[in-house]
Amino acid sequence: MANKVIVETTINGDPVELLCEPRQSLLEVLRDVLELTGSKEGCLTGDCGACTVVIDGRPVCSCLMLGVEAAGKNVSTIEGLATGAALHVLQRKFLEHASLQCGICTPGFLMSAKALLDRNPNPTEAEIRYALAGNLCRCTGYDKIVRAVTDAAATMAGRSSRTAHGGAVPAETASGMVSEMLAKGEDK
Amino acid sequence: MAASTTNGFKVIGTRPIRHDGVDKVTGRAKYGADYAFPGMLHGKVLRSPHAHANIKSIKIDKALALPGVKAIVTADDLPKLPDKMEAAGEQAINLNHLSMNILARGKALYDGHAIAAVAATSSHIADEALRLIEVEYEPLAPVMTVEDGMKPGATILLPTLRNKEDGPDKETNVAAHLQFKRGDVAEGFKQADYVVEREFKTAMVHQGYIEPHNAIGIYNADGHATIYCSTQGSFVVRSLSAAVLGISEGKIKVVPAEIGGGFGGKTTVYLEPLAVLLSQKTGHPVKMTMTRAEVLRATGPTSGSTIRCKMGATKDGKLVAAQCWLAYEAGGFPGSPVGAGAMTILAPYNIPNILVDAYDVVVNRPKTAAYRAPGASNAAMASETVLDELAEKCGIDPLDIRLINGSHEGTPQTVGPPFKRIGLIETIEAIKNGEHYKSRLTGPNRGRGVASGFWFNVGLQSSATINIHTDGTVSLVIGSVDIGGTRAAQAMIAAEVLGVDVNDVRPTIADTDSIGHTDVTGGSRTCFATGWAVYEAAQDCIRQLKERAAKLWEKKPDEVVFENGMLSPAQPGGDLKPMSIKQIAPRLARTGGPIVGRATINARAVGPAFATICVDVEVDPDTGKTQILRATIAQDVGKAIHPAYVEGQMQGGTAQGIGWALNEEYFYDDRGILRNTGLLDYRMPTCLDLPPIETLIVEVPTPGHPLGIRGVGEVSIVPPPAAVANAIYHAVGVRMTELPMSPSRLLKAILKKRAAGETQAAAAD
Amino acid sequence: MHAITYETPKSLDEAVKLMAAHGEKARALSGGTDLLIQLRAGTRRPEYVVNIKNIPELTRISFSLQHGLKLGAAVPCIEIHENGDMRKYYPGLTEAAHLIGSLQIQSRASVGGNLCNGSPAADATPALIALGAQARVVGPKGERMVPVESFCLAPGRTVLQPGELLVEFHIPAPERRASDAYLRFIPRNEMDIAVVGVGAALTLDMSDDRVVAARIALGAVGPTPILAAEAAKSLIGKPLDAAAIDNAARLAIAASSPIDDMRGTAEFRRHVVGVLTRRTLAKAAERARE
Ligand SMILES: Cc1cc2nc3c(=O)[nH]c(=O)nc-3n(C[C@H](O)[C@H](O)[C@H](O)COP(=O)(O)OP(=O)(O)OC[C@H]3O[C@@H](n4cnc5c(N)ncnc54)[C@H](O)[C@@H]3O)c2cc1C
Repeated sequence: MANKVIVETTINGDPVELLCEPRQSLLEVLRDVLELTGSKEGCLTGDCGACTVVIDGRPVCSCLMLGVEAAGKNVSTIEGLATGAALHVLQRKFLEHASLQCGICTPGFLMSAKALLDRNPNPTEAEIRYALAGNLCRCTGYDKIVRAVTDAAATMAGRSSRTAHGGAVPAETASGMVSEMLAKGEDK
Repeated sequence: MAASTTNGFKVIGTRPIRHDGVDKVTGRAKYGADYAFPGMLHGKVLRSPHAHANIKSIKIDKALALPGVKAIVTADDLPKLPDKMEAAGEQAINLNHLSMNILARGKALYDGHAIAAVAATSSHIADEALRLIEVEYEPLAPVMTVEDGMKPGATILLPTLRNKEDGPDKETNVAAHLQFKRGDVAEGFKQADYVVEREFKTAMVHQGYIEPHNAIGIYNADGHATIYCSTQGSFVVRSLSAAVLGISEGKIKVVPAEIGGGFGGKTTVYLEPLAVLLSQKTGHPVKMTMTRAEVLRATGPTSGSTIRCKMGATKDGKLVAAQCWLAYEAGGFPGSPVGAGAMTILAPYNIPNILVDAYDVVVNRPKTAAYRAPGASNAAMASETVLDELAEKCGIDPLDIRLINGSHEGTPQTVGPPFKRIGLIETIEAIKNGEHYKSRLTGPNRGRGVASGFWFNVGLQSSATINIHTDGTVSLVIGSVDIGGTRAAQAMIAAEVLGVDVNDVRPTIADTDSIGHTDVTGGSRTCFATGWAVYEAAQDCIRQLKERAAKLWEKKPDEVVFENGMLSPAQPGGDLKPMSIKQIAPRLARTGGPIVGRATINARAVGPAFATICVDVEVDPDTGKTQILRATIAQDVGKAIHPAYVEGQMQGGTAQGIGWALNEEYFYDDRGILRNTGLLDYRMPTCLDLPPIETLIVEVPTPGHPLGIRGVGEVSIVPPPAAVANAIYHAVGVRMTELPMSPSRLLKAILKKRAAGETQAAAAD
Repeated sequence: MHAITYETPKSLDEAVKLMAAHGEKARALSGGTDLLIQLRAGTRRPEYVVNIKNIPELTRISFSLQHGLKLGAAVPCIEIHENGDMRKYYPGLTEAAHLIGSLQIQSRASVGGNLCNGSPAADATPALIALGAQARVVGPKGERMVPVESFCLAPGRTVLQPGELLVEFHIPAPERRASDAYLRFIPRNEMDIAVVGVGAALTLDMSDDRVVAARIALGAVGPTPILAAEAAKSLIGKPLDAAAIDNAARLAIAASSPIDDMRGTAEFRRHVVGVLTRRTLAKAAERARE
C-alpha cells in the first residue's frame, strides 16, 4: 500500500525529481526527503505558519499539502530566499530590527512577507499585519517583525531600479552593517 | 524608547546583528527536529484518553507485530525511583514523580499522560502502532479544580502524598501549605479607611512556544548515550535523564540544538529519557517529536488558580494591611509555583501587616512547568486590580498610589532580607512621565489601566571559556542556549572587556562534555550570570595577556596595563609600543602557548526586576470583545547589554500577558478531557491582535554585578493581565475577577451590570 | 497517518468513475485544509484520496449578469477574493471566503470543501444559503441539485453519498438594489473558528426602502448551518428600520439552537446572533442601496 511515487516539481528554481509516499506532507518531503529543514513544523494543523512556503506565488502551509500535490508546481522555500551569498532585503531587515528571538517562526514569517511584498510592494501596516496573521510568533509580540517588513518594503521600493534581485545585498555586508549601525547609534 | 546611554561603554548598549542571525534567517540553523542520523528510527508516545484512571493492563503484541515496529516501552522498562525529594544534579526533585510523568505507572493522572512509547522505521508506522496497543483502563472521577481537590473526601490522585500539616496518616491532594506573615493583619485592617476584598480565578495557560518538544537519543554499546534536543538547559536534561534511566550522569552527553522558544517549559524532560531508552532497546538512534496536541495535553502549562486578596488603605492611600489566600493547580504531580505567587503578590509594596497562605494542589491536569515569572502573573492579577480599586476609593491616581507605597531599597520582602537597590519607583515614574500616560484617551468604551509587577530573578551556576586565536579574534564558549540573542549579548560583554570588535568574537554554545556546568537559560539568569562568567573569563584573558606582554617587554605582569583594548607598559616612556590583542596574538606561541580564559561562577547578589505597564483598551459592549489599542511597558533592566533584545523581552512578555488576559485558557470538558488541543482554539495573540508595544528601558544597576545587569526575561509578563483588567473597568465599568477576560465572560459581566441598572460607566477620564 | 493511494483525475468523467469505483473508500481532496488534519488525527481513514483540483469544472468561476454565477467547488478562497465580479456582485460570499483562516489557508481552502466538511461553523455556508445557492452534485447515479440549506445533516455529515462529488455552486444573478453580507464573531481578529456567523441577502424595492426579498442564515449555533426563514420573512414588505431589524434579530435568535462549548456558551451565542443579525442586515442594506 505504501507505494512510493515519483514527483516532478520545481524547488527554488531547480527541477527536482523525488520519491515519496503519498501520505507524506510537502513539509515532510522537504525536510525528510530533500533535507531542506529550514521550513519548520510547529503544529501540523495550519495554525502557526512556521512551515510556510510559497507555491506559484502564494503562501501555503506545507504541512497541509501532500508532497505529491507539488507535482508540476513551483515551490519556494526559505533556503531559496537569498540569492547565492546575498541575503534578501527581508532577511537583512529581520536581522537589523532584531525581529527574531528564538528564530523558529522566522522562516515562515519571511516567506509570508515575501509573498506579500511580491504582490503588494507598498503595503500599509494593517495589510502587513493581515498578511502575517497566519504566522504565530510567541517571542516578540510582532512589533519588530512588522517594523522589519515595513522597512524592507521601503528599501526595496527605493532600490528596485538599481538592483536586479529585488534589492538583495551581499551576505558579507551583514557584518559590515554592524559597524554601520554602531556608527548610527541605532537609537530610535 | 528610552535613549540607552552607552556611558563609557563601547559595545554594551549598541545593537549589533546577532552572530547566529544569518543562520536563522536562511533556514540553516539546526533546531532539535532538524537533526537526522543514519539508521534513525522514529518514536511516538501513546497517551491516556482519560483524565484519571487505573491502568489495568497494557497489551503490546499486536503493535509489535506491525512491520517496521522495533520496540515498545512502558513504565516497567524504567527503574522504580524513591518516592521522596532527592537531588538530581542541582535540583531537589521527587524522582518517582518525574519518572511517572514520563511514563505512567499504574495510574493515568491526566488526559494525555504518557502510557507507552514506540520506535519504528517511520513516524507514520509508529503512529499506526499506537492504535494497536491495547490498554485496559479503569476510569476514576477526575479532580479538575483546586476547590474539588481540597474538599474533604475528595478523590485522591496520589495515594502516597502527604503534607506536613495533616501528618503522615492522611491521604490528601494538598502537597503543601505555606504561610508568610508580618505584623498583625487584624490590627492593620482596623487602621484602614477602605478595605477591598475579592476572589479571583485564573485559567491554566500554556507557554505556547512554537517549536514542539523533540529529542534524539543515541545509545552506544559501550554504555554511553548522546541526546540531541531543544532545551533551555542541557545540564538539566543530562541530570534528569540520568536519574530517570538509572545511569550515571557522566555517561550522558547532551548536545543542545537551537531552541524554538521555551519560556520555562523546556527546563525539564519528557521525551529525552524515552528516546535513549528506545535507542538502548533497538540499537538505533531514535528521534521523537511531539505534535502540537501532545504539547498542549502533556507539557508545560502553568497553573490555574484561585486567589483571594484583601487589602486595606488609609484615606491618603497608605496601605496598612493585606491578606491573601492562594491555591494553585499543580497538575498530576506536586510542584505548582504557588510559593512564588505568594512571595510576589505583595512584593511591590511596603505593607506593615501581611498574611499570605498558599496551597499546592494536585489535580487531573498536566504537571505544570515553569512559565515566565511562574506564579506571579496570577498573583498580580489579584493584588494589582484590588489596588486599583483602592486607588479609586481613595481618589488617588493609580500610579500615585503605587508611588506612595512602592518598594525601594530597604523595604522588607515577603521573605528574606530587605530589598537592595531596586527600580520599581523609576518604572512607575517612567510611565507617569511618558507620552502615553500623559495623552488623553477619548471615545466611548475605552479605558486605560496600569499595573506593576515583580519578579525575583535567579543567579545560579554558569561557565565560560574564551580562546584567543592567533589572528586576534576570540571564540567564546558558553553552556547557555540562545533563546533570544544570548550569543550576541555574551559576545558583546567579551568584546567590551577585551576591547575587540564584537564581530571578532565568535560565540559557541557547547554540549555538556565541552563546557562547565551551566544552569538553564531561564529565571532571567542568562545575561546576568553567564554574562558575569563571561566578564570574569575575559578578565582572566587580560591577566594572561598582561603576563605575555610582560614577558615580551621583560617586565613584571603588574608593570603592564590593559586599557581600551591596548596593552601598554605602566610606566610610559622607552620605545615599547602599546599592543592590541591582534598584535600580541601571533606571538602567543612564543610566549608560552595559547591563552584560554575561563571562569565559573555561582552567582549570588541577584537583582530583582520590576515593571510597570500602561494599557489602553476598547470594549465592544455588545459582544464583550476587547481590543488593545496601545501598550507601553517600563522595566528596570539594570543595564541593557543589547537594547534591541531587551526590548524584545519586554514586548514578548507583554504580548504573552495580553494573551493570558484576553483569550488563552485550557478548556476541559466534564470528563477532564482537553478540548482545545490545537492553536486555532488555544488562541494566542496574532499580529492583528496586538498594537505596537512601546518600551521604556529603565536602568538601575544591580549592586554587586560587575556590569549592573539585572535579569530582563520574565517580569514583563507579570503586570499585563491586571493592567488589562483595570483598563476594562475604566472602559465599561465592570471589575473582572476571572482570567481570561474572554468575550463570553466580559459580556456576561456587562449584561449583569446593565440588568442591575447601573448604566453609568465609571469615568475613564 | 495510515497509507493512502493518491489519484489526480484530469476530467470530471474520470473523477466520477474513480469515486464510483472506490465508493466509501475514497475521499475527495480539495484544498486539504480540513481533510489532511482529519487524516492525521485518524478521524477519517480513506484508502483513496482523489485530488479534484485538476478538473476544469471544479476550478473555475464563471459569471454573467444574465445567468448568474457558477462557482467551482475547488476554487481556492483567495481566487474568489481576487475576482472583481465576486467582490462586486457577491460581496457577502466573498468576505466569508476571505475570512477563512489565514492567507496560507485561503490559498488552498475552497468553498466546496468548506461545505462538504459539514462543520456547523463553516463560514462560507451561511453566505451561500443567504444567496440561495444550489449545489450541483454528480455521482454514480447521475446528477442532482441540492439547495445548500439542505446539504448538511449533522456535524461532519452531509447529503453526499459514497462516490458523489460536489462540482459547483449555482447562484442566481444579482437583482438591482440587492446585496449580501456575512459577519462572524471570533475572539481574536483572525485565525479563529466562528463562534457565531450570520449571512444575509436583501433585495430592496426600487423606489423606497421596503424589503422585497430576504434570506438570513446562521452559522455555529446549531448542529448544521441554519436558514432563519421566519426572521427573513418578517422583513418582507417592510421598510428596513430599526424596529424591523430588531424583530428579525429576535426571530433569528429563536431559530438558533446553540450549545456550550470551548468557543462560547449557548447564552453568549444567542445574544451574539441578535447582535450580528442586526449588523449584517444593516451592512447588506447599505450595500444594496449603493
Ligand atoms: C488554520 C485553519 C483555519 C481555518 N479557519 C477557518 C475559518 O475561519 N472558517 C472556516 O469556515 N473554516 C476554517 N478552516 C477550515 C477549512 O479551512 C475550511 O473548512 C475550508 O474551506 C475547507 O476547504 P478545503 O478545500 O481545504 O477542503 P478539504 O479539506 O479538501 O475537504 C474537506 C472535506 O470535504 C470533502 N470535499 C471537498 N471537496 C469536495 C467535493 N468537491 N466533493 C465532495 N467532497 C468534497 C473532502 O473529502 C473532505 O472530507 C480553517 C482551517 C485551518 C487549518
